[in-house]
Amino acid sequence: MKTIHVTATVNGDTVEYLCDPRETLLDVLRDRLNLTGAKEGCGTGDCGACSVTVDGRLVCSCLILGVEAEGKTITTVEGMADGETLHPLQKKFIEYAALQCGICTPGILVAAKSLLEKNPDPTETEVRYWLAGNLCRCTGYDKIIRAVLDTAADMREAS
Amino acid sequence: MQYHSPNTFEDAAALAVAAAGVTRFLAGGTDVLVQLRADIITPDTVIDIKNIPGVRDITRHDDGSWTLGVATSGAEMREHVELGLDWPGVVEAMDLIGSTQVQGRATLVGNLCNGSPAADSVPAMVTAGVEFSVTNSEGTRRVAVMDIPAGPGRTHLAQGDVISAVHIPARGARGGDAYLRFIPRTEMDIAVVGCAINLALDAAGVITQASVSLGAVAPTVLRLDEAAEALIGCTLDEATLDKLATAASAACNPISDKRGTIEFRTHVAGVLAKRTAKIAYARAQGVTK
Repeated sequence: MKTIHVTATVNGDTVEYLCDPRETLLDVLRDRLNLTGAKEGCGTGDCGACSVTVDGRLVCSCLILGVEAEGKTITTVEGMADGETLHPLQKKFIEYAALQCGICTPGILVAAKSLLEKNPDPTETEVRYWLAGNLCRCTGYDKIIRAVLDTAADMREAS
Repeated sequence: MQYHSPNTFEDAAALAVAAAGVTRFLAGGTDVLVQLRADIITPDTVIDIKNIPGVRDITRHDDGSWTLGVATSGAEMREHVELGLDWPGVVEAMDLIGSTQVQGRATLVGNLCNGSPAADSVPAMVTAGVEFSVTNSEGTRRVAVMDIPAGPGRTHLAQGDVISAVHIPARGARGGDAYLRFIPRTEMDIAVVGCAINLALDAAGVITQASVSLGAVAPTVLRLDEAAEALIGCTLDEATLDKLATAASAACNPISDKRGTIEFRTHVAGVLAKRTAKIAYARAQGVTK
């Protein structure tokens, strides 16, 4: 199988990789770039555990081919913290214990960050609909929703 | 699997003609990749059309009509305020498909060409009178929505045909459209019945033009000309709504499956037609957006 050379920007760094055209962006991130934050839950775009942004747009990395990333700017959960300083959402998720097993958490953090960038003052309903594509089988969602709403309030106050 | 990323639709069509085995055009990929991962359809050739200039442009022409690039995502449509004011039914039908993440990629053309009888955007495109540019080695022709679906998972497009643009007519005065579907939960499910209605009114509120379409109640999308005729010349009084519901239920030719029985789908088609008509009528009057 012929591999294809791809150049992309991941979390601010230029990366190059060779990939099989059948590989998904999720495969590339995890197995070629060793960024294992994005998780494979379902592999069919239902669970959101593989959420990343591509050119600023929230997507499931399992539903994008690795070769489609040519020239694109990708951010993953690994790009959220600033060195040792966690993103406000990450801090708030710890404070609220908005996770248990943690498999869904990277995807939810990336999705919630994307929401707050578009809408700094979402209603609870807007948060719940935005995150409807991120499944969590542990928390019952309530702590996640409260953590996102409280982070949004803090970030509005800080700005 | 061969991956191609051509820069023109003519090149995309030529690649499809030359390809052996199963070929898939790749725009949003939200169905193509699921089928690939689930080993349902493994294409021998994938032709990514997203590097063709203009495929994500939303353009309003001087006559009020619209052209959408074939890779325009649901999220991009929803964020376009003027498109939503002109064609709220088309935008809301597209917006019902999948999660935020899926909306970041999914397209109208993909929803059509996947060939699902339950595709949400297709009834709304039927009532809006959407046409597509279809490019092949002989040139580009215009095709209406109704002429593309052939049955579950099948279209009338030939090998070497590639849809190259989406054309939505001008909204015109005192018009409005709407789409409703029934699903057993509040979000992220497949339509048991979908209904789209597009209306135009005169100054007195009498319906002068109507189009009614149902999804998920037959092997392909249905356009209900009798139901539409029942609306023309009326204001939306209870007797008219009852006639509409009867015509909508009568047009159904559904299957029973885990999502709903024949009887349920037939009944719900009538209920949804009434509700959809009320929303479209209010929008046409300018009472709601």
